[in-house]
Amino acid sequence: MSPFTPRELSTILQTHQTDILADWLVRQSEAGAPQPGGEQRQVSAQFLRLVTDALKDGAGDRVDAPAWTDVRELLEDLSRARAREGYTPAQTATFVFSLKRPLFDRLQREVNGDRLSGAVWLTTQVLDALGLYTVELHQKGREEVIARQQTELLELSTPVVQLWDGVLALPLIGTLDSNRTQVVMENLLNRIVETGSRTAIIDITGVPTVDTLVAQHLLKTVAAARLMGADCIISGIRPQIAQTIVHLGVELGTVITKATLADAFKVALGRHHLVVAPSGAA
Amino acid sequence: MDRIPILKLGEYLLVTVQVDMHDQLALTLQDDLTREIVRTRARGVLIDISSLDLVDSFIGRMLANIAAMSRVLDAETVVVGMRPAVAITLVELGMSLDGVRTALNVDSGMQLLRYARDAASGDGVGH
Repeated sequence: MSPFTPRELSTILQTHQTDILADWLVRQSEAGAPQPGGEQRQVSAQFLRLVTDALKDGAGDRVDAPAWTDVRELLEDLSRARAREGYTPAQTATFVFSLKRPLFDRLQREVNGDRLSGAVWLTTQVLDALGLYTVELHQKGREEVIARQQTELLELSTPVVQLWDGVLALPLIGTLDSNRTQVVMENLLNRIVETGSRTAIIDITGVPTVDTLVAQHLLKTVAAARLMGADCIISGIRPQIAQTIVHLGVELGTVITKATLADAFKVALGRHHLVVAPSGAA
Repeated sequence: MDRIPILKLGEYLLVTVQVDMHDQLALTLQDDLTREIVRTRARGVLIDISSLDLVDSFIGRMLANIAAMSRVLDAETVVVGMRPAVAITLVELGMSLDGVRTALNVDSGMQLLRYARDAASGDGVGH
């Protein structure tokens, strides 16, 4: 008795392509396929064709082999599209897994008794591997989205604005961790060089809590700016935060702190020998 | 052996560090600078490190030392033109160079020295 080969599976798939496809589509809609209709039919037919070709070319059950490249690409597109549309990984994997039943039915009819278990085993292995691959891709797609959002958040949350010639403001929103401090610090220092600013106002109105770590990060930023020749003023300290700072025994040293950004701006203008005066009409 | 040139600009000394600062060079600079301050009776020292892109704790300490020595010799030191990366490195090394004055560039450093001198002479010695 010769073992059941991938090539034989390919022949069966090719010969009964139409039947298997029809059966598969029924199974898919039973399993709650997300998009029954023409598109689903097209993708399914293409998938079957590519799997047939891959098996014919002697591809084994290792789906990371080069022979499976086309199939993998198809699944990649499918998983990515579905991840974007908000389907669960299970729904995506069902696309592949629902092919099992039609294929097993067909094998039962085509392969005689002794070799059937080998045939089923091969089919299971191939389909499982492909199914798991979609799950993996789905997850990767999600992770990409999360990573992109994280970088966007990081960029969005650390703007450096110029208030006046030589005066920068850095409105901080959200908690300061080491990663963000690094980005904030680099942004601020680069802007100091670009604009030749001598004063920077760090506004922490949007920082929910200031613990010793956040304070340390703030002081680091202030120290780095000072090394470049720019003085920092910390503003936007809410009453609650002032209490926390004192209770924790955080030493802000010689850094000037102000309650509001307006006060800090006034100090900054004073340093640049500027005054805000009412216009002549008054 | 190469040296870092020390230029006299009025009553100030200008030191422009344009090569990678290795330890021996830093020590030589310390020697030369203190000697020059005494010889020229300089009132201030500007150290321009805008072309310096590598620092370690030794260089950081040396900058602090030079500032302290100049102060003893009655000259203010201003370190100017520090790059963002260098500033971040020094802060991460825990050296915030507290006793050293800093400025963005030679221009504002010079201004800072003038202010400091005016403020000092306003205290009573007269112009």
